[in-house]
Amino acid sequence: MNQLSHLEELEAEAIYIMREVVAECEKPVMLYSIGKDSSVMLHLALKAFYPEKPPFPFLHVDTTWKFHEMIEFRDKMAKKYGLDMIVYTNQEGVKQGINPFDHGSAYTDIMKTQALKQALDKYEFTAAFGGGRRDEEKSRAKERIFSFRNSAHAWDPKNQRPEMWKLYNTKLFKGEEVRVFPLSNWTEKDIWQYIRQENIEIPSLYFAKERPVVYRDGNIIMVDDDRMRLKEGEKPVMKKVRFRTLGCYPLTGGVESDAETLDEIIEETLSAVSSERTSRVIDNEAAGSMERRKREGYF
Amino acid sequence: MQSLLKFITCGSVDDGKSTLIGHMLYDAKLIFADQEKALELDSKVGSTGGAIDYSLLLDGLMAEREQGITIDVAYRYFTTEKRSFIVADTPGHEEYTRNMAVGASFADLAVILVDASKGVLVQTRRHTRICALMGIKHVVYAVNKMDLIDYDENEFKNIAKQIKIMTGEYDFETMHIIPVSATVGDNITTESAKTPWYKGGTLQNYLETIDVTDHSDETGFVMPVQRVSRPDRTFRGFQGEVEVGEIHVGDEITSLPSGETAKVKSILNTNKEVDNASKGQAVTIQLDTEIDVSRGCMLCKDVNLHTNKMFTSTLLWMDDNKLVAGKNYFLKLGTKMVPAVVMNIKYKVDVNEGTHVQTDKLYKNEIACCDIACSDTIVFDEFKHHKELGGFVLIDRITNMTSACGVVEHPLRRDDNLTWHNMDITRELRAQQKGQEPKTIWMTGLSGAGKSTLINEVEKRLFAQGKHTMLLDGDNVRMGLNKNLGFKEQDRIENIRRVAEVAKLMNDAGLITLTSFISPFASDRRSARDIIGDDNFIEIYISTPLEECERRDVKGLYKRARSGEIPNFSGISSPYEAPENPEITIDTTGMTVEESVDYLMEELKKYI
Repeated sequence: MNQLSHLEELEAEAIYIMREVVAECEKPVMLYSIGKDSSVMLHLALKAFYPEKPPFPFLHVDTTWKFHEMIEFRDKMAKKYGLDMIVYTNQEGVKQGINPFDHGSAYTDIMKTQALKQALDKYEFTAAFGGGRRDEEKSRAKERIFSFRNSAHAWDPKNQRPEMWKLYNTKLFKGEEVRVFPLSNWTEKDIWQYIRQENIEIPSLYFAKERPVVYRDGNIIMVDDDRMRLKEGEKPVMKKVRFRTLGCYPLTGGVESDAETLDEIIEETLSAVSSERTSRVIDNEAAGSMERRKREGYF
Repeated sequence: MQSLLKFITCGSVDDGKSTLIGHMLYDAKLIFADQEKALELDSKVGSTGGAIDYSLLLDGLMAEREQGITIDVAYRYFTTEKRSFIVADTPGHEEYTRNMAVGASFADLAVILVDASKGVLVQTRRHTRICALMGIKHVVYAVNKMDLIDYDENEFKNIAKQIKIMTGEYDFETMHIIPVSATVGDNITTESAKTPWYKGGTLQNYLETIDVTDHSDETGFVMPVQRVSRPDRTFRGFQGEVEVGEIHVGDEITSLPSGETAKVKSILNTNKEVDNASKGQAVTIQLDTEIDVSRGCMLCKDVNLHTNKMFTSTLLWMDDNKLVAGKNYFLKLGTKMVPAVVMNIKYKVDVNEGTHVQTDKLYKNEIACCDIACSDTIVFDEFKHHKELGGFVLIDRITNMTSACGVVEHPLRRDDNLTWHNMDITRELRAQQKGQEPKTIWMTGLSGAGKSTLINEVEKRLFAQGKHTMLLDGDNVRMGLNKNLGFKEQDRIENIRRVAEVAKLMNDAGLITLTSFISPFASDRRSARDIIGDDNFIEIYISTPLEECERRDVKGLYKRARSGEIPNFSGISSPYEAPENPEITIDTTGMTVEESVDYLMEELKKYI
């Protein structure tokens, strides 16, 4: 009997989880954020149900401040695989002019957290696949694979179900939802190695290229369009940078890099001196900030 | 190609479990620089003051950090040159036995910490027992804090002897004992010069090299069916993960429980067409003929599985609500979910000592031997033969909580001299069967206040929610059960007494009883409350004022009472004593029926 490699084992686990959800949950959806984890999730979903198309829609919560390339990539993928791609924006937030420059953490709350809750309510999804991994942050290390949210979409760490073997309990009350994390046991390195092994298409923002950027508070921010507010004295310069995570461009720090291929990215990741979440500006606020936001319904 | 080792660490808080793993990660330079910074930052605010506290790497949740204990299971990931690892770090206290079991159910190997200065303690026995129960076949005892006993060889040997005696009780495939110091770092990732008498290698080296693949004769093939994929008329594939053995195109398989057979036409390993598939792979199998296969069935070849309704099991109770024999749960085994009853608790196992204790109740973190009857035939195997086909969970049908996990010991036949323990059906069981809290909703208020209308609407709403209800209406009761009673004082008291007794009987039957009587006297309502029981009595006071009721005067009764035609009319010629502390009060003046019912239903949520 041949022993599975650790990537094969992780792949089989994720597929098993996806199939359980589709078999037992009433109205599943896959959250699609266009990043590398979402790309891996999409790839796994295509494999899990082959030759069927993934039997659920995909949901992208668009803050309107994503990198332009991300949006193009999303639409290309949706077309290529014939996905049912739902794009949701908190229109109320747009009307009020909520933006990442003036509104700080309120921006994240209104355009991401609230928008997600609104979308889940609107379409009455009962189970939402997310790409969260336990290695990302300390409080995530204790997250269940099936994470239950009450009718206000809130997470109560004290009221989660024990997960034994792979016997997932998917029972829900009306109005409740479950967030499911098939990549729970993957590390950032696993993600990259799997992308290489499976030849998974990802946005080119992950690869180093000359891009117009400004240096601000220790972060490298790309000037993706003319909505970017430059501070006095700031002038975009062309630098060879890449991104380790993708999100709203004014809030996503890049790194200077020469890594133009997957192998180079993997090499860089393995010798990385800082873990990927430091490039998300919101995570640095205070110890425990992630746990707090999760309680409020953030993914 | 690197393999993956999933392991669990156990030991009590003071044994330095989190420190040990923190140290492994730290030594192996597996901590990203900013996490290291966070660690130093945390250490400053932590209780250990200044020096790096490795355990802070693992204790995640804020509440836990404040309490200084690990409540939940934390998963950590690291890779060395030889292997990838996932560590489940679990709490050691007895009250967190269930969390430890969660970690153990996930792992292939357990690292159990023993404090060198204390030797084998009851918790060491408990952790060993739970690991064995959850099917772990490989254990490593890390005898920690060797620095505190000056790396004394004899003391270590003493402890090792105790450990060997203790593990003799179980079927572990491998067992290893290593002297370590987690804080100093002896024999964790580098061999210690202080234990020259120990030649067994470091903990990390052991974890990198141990073979945990299942060497039992895995002949045959089993795949529990997760779902049936039918994208179009030409394709019908059965999706699942191979749990036992391997399968080839052309093999004949049997679908259980139906027993029908067919040949394998094609196999997809995820999205690739293959000739064969083996354990651990996610596959889609097509058969050459249409046979009865659906989710929960098992596709098998050359294995002896049980197809049965009843079995004896060992249960670990995980719910805050206790287990009472006779209660109905959902049982999930493999991909099959069926209603099931815990028929009896044969005995409880003392989690520390292993002794058997007679009991009829099981509380959180307790282990017991129980017989279980499923409502439908299921396919299973003994847990000791196949973990994946013998492990199950019980799910509470009312709270949806995962109440217990269990392992199948052996199947039971009807004639196996079954004893159904204490199967008297109780009020509690009847109520559980209906999924509701049996209560009496007692509506009081003046004539014309809106009682009959509201009680009717409330019952309709409850009925629509799937509740089983019964309405006792004043007029109806007087036409039947109470037709021998008049309106004198003693008859009035008897009328209420009978209604209360009937309401109570209905509650005992598991029903929600609704009553609507003027019941103007506090003493009558008091005695009804006493009969029905304070916990089950929900008094709703319709406080619509007399003027409003008289203005409505639906039946023309007030007019007749005012003219003296009706004597002793509550509110006119006889007092109405308003309740002092009703559970719910509502004044319907100016409210529509719908608004009033919405309000009552909202309030009733607190009680039903």
